[in-house]
Amino acid sequence: MTTLDVVFVLLGVVAVGAAVLVVTTRQLVHAALWLVVSFGALAGGYLMLTAEFVAWVQVLIYVGAVVVLLLFGIMLTRAPIGRSADLDSGNRWAALAVALATAGVLVTVLVRGFRTAYAPLDVAGQGAAKPLGESVFRIWVLPFEVLSVLLLAALVGAIVLSRREI
Amino acid sequence: MHLVYPVVVAALLFSAGVYGVLARRNAILVLMSAELMLNAVNLNLVAFDVWLRDRLHGGQVLTLFTIVIAAAEVGLGLAIVLLVFRNRETIDIDSLQTLQESREGE
Repeated sequence: MTTLDVVFVLLGVVAVGAAVLVVTTRQLVHAALWLVVSFGALAGGYLMLTAEFVAWVQVLIYVGAVVVLLLFGIMLTRAPIGRSADLDSGNRWAALAVALATAGVLVTVLVRGFRTAYAPLDVAGQGAAKPLGESVFRIWVLPFEVLSVLLLAALVGAIVLSRREI
Repeated sequence: MHLVYPVVVAALLFSAGVYGVLARRNAILVLMSAELMLNAVNLNLVAFDVWLRDRLHGGQVLTLFTIVIAAAEVGLGLAIVLLVFRNRETIDIDSLQTLQESREGE
């Protein structure tokens, strides 16, 4: 276990712990703030995996935009500040059973499948902006353009949904 | 780096997201849990891209696309949630039962 592995495992523990707090906390605003911690730790994990451009995009879009959007949603739906007792529904125990079963199956299968897989991280700059930009605009340019059209459609849809009179 | 660590972290994140989607009643919390599941998938994509040394950087580019789609999804989802809140004064998923099948054949 190298230093890189240790750092990644620590970041992973932080990410998973914050995620568990997101889905169990009793305060709505705290859930959004724990989401920031989870996404930030994941960005650190991407850095450890040499995917630096993805890490910065994660920080910009998830921590910067998505969480702010969710906080706006929390405020606009007049969520109570402080504890609220009715955030969990009655089928919490069934949900817990399903989640534990999912975790058990996935972890067992993945550990059995990839126990010996080793990804050497000796090539520097593999996930930097330059090689990624080259492959986005050379090979993946058609999906990129389709995605821009999708974003435009989502923008128009969000405006149409949130206007009072059309 | 051993591939087991990122893959197991992604599996645990995904399970936390599954629990949140199933157990929460507030629609915004359900959206947050869906984001957690998407992040787990992203971590898997990056890890396998690094492991396979894809020359086209397929995993990382797909991660960028997934992040963009997640941003679009959360924008539209919040617009729908706000619309529901404006019409019903609640975003409690358990109480939105208009489309529910009526019991004992009413």
